[in-house]
Amino acid sequence: MAYFLLRRTIGFVLTLLTVSVVVFAVMNVLPGDPALTILGLEASDDAINALRVKLGLNEPVFTRYINWVLNALNGDFGESHSFGVPVSGLILERISMTVSLAVFGMLLTIVIALSLGVGAAANHRKFGDWGVMFFSQLGIAVPAFWLSILLVILFAVKLRWLPPGGFPGWGDPLLAIKSLILPTIALALVQSAVLARVTRSSALEVMRLDYIRTAKASGFSRKRILWRHVLPNALVPIVTIVGMQFAAVVTGTIVIENVFYLPGLGRLIFQSIANRDLPTVQALVMMFAVIVVTANFIVDLLYSVIDPRLRERN
Amino acid sequence: MKKLPTNLLIGGILVFVVLFTAALSLIWTPHDHALMNISEKFHQPNNIYLLGTDQLGRDILSQLMAASRNSMAVALIAVLLGGSIGTLLGLLASTIGGWIEELVMRFADIGFAFPALLFAIMLAAVFGPSLTNAILAIAFINIPIFARIARASANQIWNLDFVTASKAAGMGRVTITFSHILPNILAPIIVQATIEFAVAILAEAALSYLGLGAQPPAPSWGRMLSEAQTLLYLAPQLAIYPGLCIVVAVLGFGLLGDGLRDITDPRLSRIRQ
Repeated sequence: MAYFLLRRTIGFVLTLLTVSVVVFAVMNVLPGDPALTILGLEASDDAINALRVKLGLNEPVFTRYINWVLNALNGDFGESHSFGVPVSGLILERISMTVSLAVFGMLLTIVIALSLGVGAAANHRKFGDWGVMFFSQLGIAVPAFWLSILLVILFAVKLRWLPPGGFPGWGDPLLAIKSLILPTIALALVQSAVLARVTRSSALEVMRLDYIRTAKASGFSRKRILWRHVLPNALVPIVTIVGMQFAAVVTGTIVIENVFYLPGLGRLIFQSIANRDLPTVQALVMMFAVIVVTANFIVDLLYSVIDPRLRERN
Repeated sequence: MKKLPTNLLIGGILVFVVLFTAALSLIWTPHDHALMNISEKFHQPNNIYLLGTDQLGRDILSQLMAASRNSMAVALIAVLLGGSIGTLLGLLASTIGGWIEELVMRFADIGFAFPALLFAIMLAAVFGPSLTNAILAIAFINIPIFARIARASANQIWNLDFVTASKAAGMGRVTITFSHILPNILAPIIVQATIEFAVAILAEAALSYLGLGAQPPAPSWGRMLSEAQTLLYLAPQLAIYPGLCIVVAVLGFGLLGDGLRDITDPRLSRIRQ
């Protein structure tokens, strides 16, 4: 087990390092001079040179990469060109929005998917089962941003129950929650389509086992058997998919924040692209990639903890 | 003859409709899709404009048809590009083995760390947003997927008796790869390509919606949706049709891929995720 953990952790660190090299390389291949971009063509040579020294652009590429990584590890992502403030400050201001959206989205995904999946398995080969399978097939094909627009048309334009977008801040908690309802639903519905399908097939497999037949014979209620006996034992593949989906939900927030004009990290990325603010984009892309890699790593570990046979793989 | 699986049948019909529309739009659309006519704006569906007109008086149906051809072209180029590079890398890994195989597979792992969106964001930030960058981003995420499938399928074929016989007959590993291995892994590769085609359509729509894909005036379902979103109170119907088109196309290729997988190799459905 220790050897396995060590091997996986080394692999994880190596992946992170390579990802940082890729991000740094892609973001720094531009032939132009960032100092010139910031100061404009009219700037004097002295000013440009001073800025180049300040940004460390006269250093060799390798030194710049090492500095970027070391500073990032200390929470210093450099200065945003367009906002003129440290990138870390920009991130701190907006991260709560993205985290709440991701957490609410993930929770709702799990609730919807487990109810639908277990419900479908309990009604195997009946109308409810087909309904859930249809929903799941459709959910995979519906883009989250279109679903968001449909929700806005229904709940904001026609019924006028909820705001169509924007975020008033946490000063008025009720309004704040109201403006997060549609984004959360849009994020969760699409993700739960995949998870519901996995839950259904996993629950179906468990329901075939002997001890479920025994439980039925012992006269336990259907509900008790489903939630106390079937679901806990069906969790293994579900946990894995939840881990993978966490990464999808986090990158999904980038899209959803832009659909609903929510002031989070996803919106910041797009503002920074429009402003050609490379240090900010670089920091944010790296952050999202780290989240994805870490989620995959945790899934890998969880998987092997739950199913010891997998440790022998490779 | 065995009955065709339902998903294959429905998927095949939907894909045929989408491809037929895309091909038809090359020679005929009801109106010029880019023709603006402000006096004809916001028409409800009628005999002249079957699905109505948008805020600039452009015919919706013609735009949807022209967009379908762009969507198919993007998905085709991206999947062909990423799929062939990935398949070749997977074959290389499987043919040579050893540390080359390890290297290729570790790079495939790293590819999985970048969803298409993140890669497109990087390219857009450095080179500016364009359809080419969107295609490159979608192609890039296909490389590790196909590399894994190609290597896993090829390694299975290498263990079969007829390959051992070829080795005994003195054939080189590269010759065996192209004469025996590649033809025998084509089925899973084609199945995966069909499924990735659906994913690519979805990705192109999302990137174009976010402004990282097709730029005006190129017609695109995703961009039509982002334009429609600013007019939800005036003309909500504009936000319905492009989304329906995306769903039909993605559902079609997805079902077709599932169906093809079911009839070519039932075991694959378990290997795949």
